Amino acid sequence: MKIVLNGETRDVRAETLFDLLVECGFSGRVATAVNEEFVPSSLRIGRELKDGDRIEVLSPMQGG
Amino acid sequence: MKAFYGTTLPNPLMLGTAQYPSPTILEQAFRASGAGVATVSLRREGAGGTGQTFWAMIRDLGVQILPNTAGCHTIKEAVTTAQMAREVFDTTWIKLELIGHTDSLQPDVFQLVEAARILTEDGFQVFPYTTEDLIVGERLLEAGCEVLMPWGAPIGSGRGLNNKYALRAMRAEFPDVPLVIDAGIGLPSHAAHAMELGYDAVLLNTAVARAGDPIEMAQAMALAVQAGQLARQADPIEPRDMAEASTPVVGKAFLS
Repeated sequence: MKIVLNGETRDVRAETLFDLLVECGFSGRVATAVNEEFVPSSLRIGRELKDGDRIEVLSPMQGG
Repeated sequence: MKAFYGTTLPNPLMLGTAQYPSPTILEQAFRASGAGVATVSLRREGAGGTGQTFWAMIRDLGVQILPNTAGCHTIKEAVTTAQMAREVFDTTWIKLELIGHTDSLQPDVFQLVEAARILTEDGFQVFPYTTEDLIVGERLLEAGCEVLMPWGAPIGSGRGLNNKYALRAMRAEFPDVPLVIDAGIGLPSHAAHAMELGYDAVLLNTAVARAGDPIEMAQAMALAVQAGQLARQADPIEPRDMAEASTPVVGKAFLS
């Protein structure tokens, strides 16, 4: 399945958001959104992905 | 000192975490300043998990975290960013930025009010980055904000307080609302002036992070806000047009 992860097109095996994070090696404190909608961490395991989904994985960063 | 959503800060300095020459200097600048609040952001997690290292360092500072919605131009974008920040940083505080103009980074106050309402209803404690406009301030309070953060000058400009008259009017209009000068500070004298006007805190980043010696500048800013705060409490004199001798005239010798 082809998805867009943080702006990059990726071919992945994962079928849920939870599995995608594992497959792509994300760990620690991250926040997720699918197609511009926030997905809380508690709902990642049941959030199924489909071809063309746009996923954002964000983490703490410096800010003013 | 007024409380910010029930939290009393150790001092009136809020410090940004961006643009420092190194993480070590950022950490030392924070410790030197004693700032009680650190503003942070959310960005795409890159290879190597740099965000996690940053988070560990910020957490160890033991300061209050204030995530921002920097760079957001729409209500939807800002609200989603705030929701993501709440989960990652485990705080209901959010510095709400809704940028309306690319060159000046002036806030889009119309969208700002609506986003503030949505976030407040969702349980956030909103710190809105706004202008010195009194009516916008009223609308933000009506939307549920309990803090207002007018700009001193455009973000990163270092110009100080561009509109002192309006900022003074804002202080007078909202005597019980915690007010923070957010953005535009370039020098300690600007920060002191904000406090002398009766503001409750100053939020700055670039002036410290881009100084030749960020650690010394962080100390200077901390001293400046404390000096300004003390001066305000001490009830300063009013300026006058004509001189008034401070040395008593009575008893002066007749020598001419």
